[in-house]
Amino acid sequence: MKRALKSFGAFWYDFVIGDDWHVAAIMVVALALAALLAHVAGVSAWWLVPLAAFAALAWSLRRATAGKS
Amino acid sequence: MTAALPLVLTVFVACTVEAIEALTIVLAAGLTRQWRSTFQGMAAALVVLAAIVAVLGPTITLLPLTALRLVVGALLAIFGLQWLRKAILRAAGYKALHDEASAYLREVAAAKAAPEVSRRGVSDWYAFTLSFKGVLLEGLEVVFIVITFGDNQRNLGAAVIGAAIAIVVVTATGIAVRAPLAKVPENWMKFAVGIMLTSFGTFWGAEGAGVTWPGNDAALLVLAPVVALVSLGYAVWLRRAHGLSGPAGPPSAAAVSHTQGAAG
Repeated sequence: MKRALKSFGAFWYDFVIGDDWHVAAIMVVALALAALLAHVAGVSAWWLVPLAAFAALAWSLRRATAGKS
Repeated sequence: MTAALPLVLTVFVACTVEAIEALTIVLAAGLTRQWRSTFQGMAAALVVLAAIVAVLGPTITLLPLTALRLVVGALLAIFGLQWLRKAILRAAGYKALHDEASAYLREVAAAKAAPEVSRRGVSDWYAFTLSFKGVLLEGLEVVFIVITFGDNQRNLGAAVIGAAIAIVVVTATGIAVRAPLAKVPENWMKFAVGIMLTSFGTFWGAEGAGVTWPGNDAALLVLAPVVALVSLGYAVWLRRAHGLSGPAGPPSAAAVSHTQGAAG
């Protein structure tokens, strides 16, 4: 049972998060920041989430290729 | 219908990629083992997928649009960035290109080596499980794309049409050629799907977080090309770093000597 639950969790982790959890973490933090800015400071930071996506992708690619050139 | 065309096209391309991968696995199981157990596995996977759609579909539509866009946008953006990451690594030669012909040969070799065991009324358990897992896994991605895109646009019907056309086209082609669809430019399609998923996910996620986009929905027409340009720029940058010249494209065999695997 424990093994089945573990593999079930591993499947969904791999399905949603994938190879690099940092990308998911950066996107969640960026969306939380955008929500905070919009609802608390009244600032519509539309540029924040795309920039975070580009930064997350660049960082993840750099990590994946480090020392392989 | 014209307004729904981008939605239908996006879902169609994304689901075509998934359907091609499922077809490769089903063909490997059916042609090397036996079709009866392969079809049983496919049918079982379709029943599970239908149950997931029946539960998830109505549940997700109960969410308020803002919450839906935030959650689904975040998931789509994360999902899209995964696709883009793999596609860029492939284009830059750091990861082997996804090749349906070699994926098929791997599955065939494994299928030939496995013993024929009868279990739970299924005459060939290996063919059943291979087909079941392949259709369920790729089908889950289709379900995810259809539900997220359809619900967010409040047009589930158009998303279902896009997916259905993709599945029918790939299945009919598979039946006609009885071979994996190796000539389809799958890696470029994956690159395009990654761009669309990331663009829509970023747009909806930010909107769900309370952001107002300049130009409202028209911002997507700028966002998607920017995501494409930045991704191509990363691919070119990595190709140069990797010692490959020219624009991003399929790398040479030598360039993929340190393959990281071919999944996805």
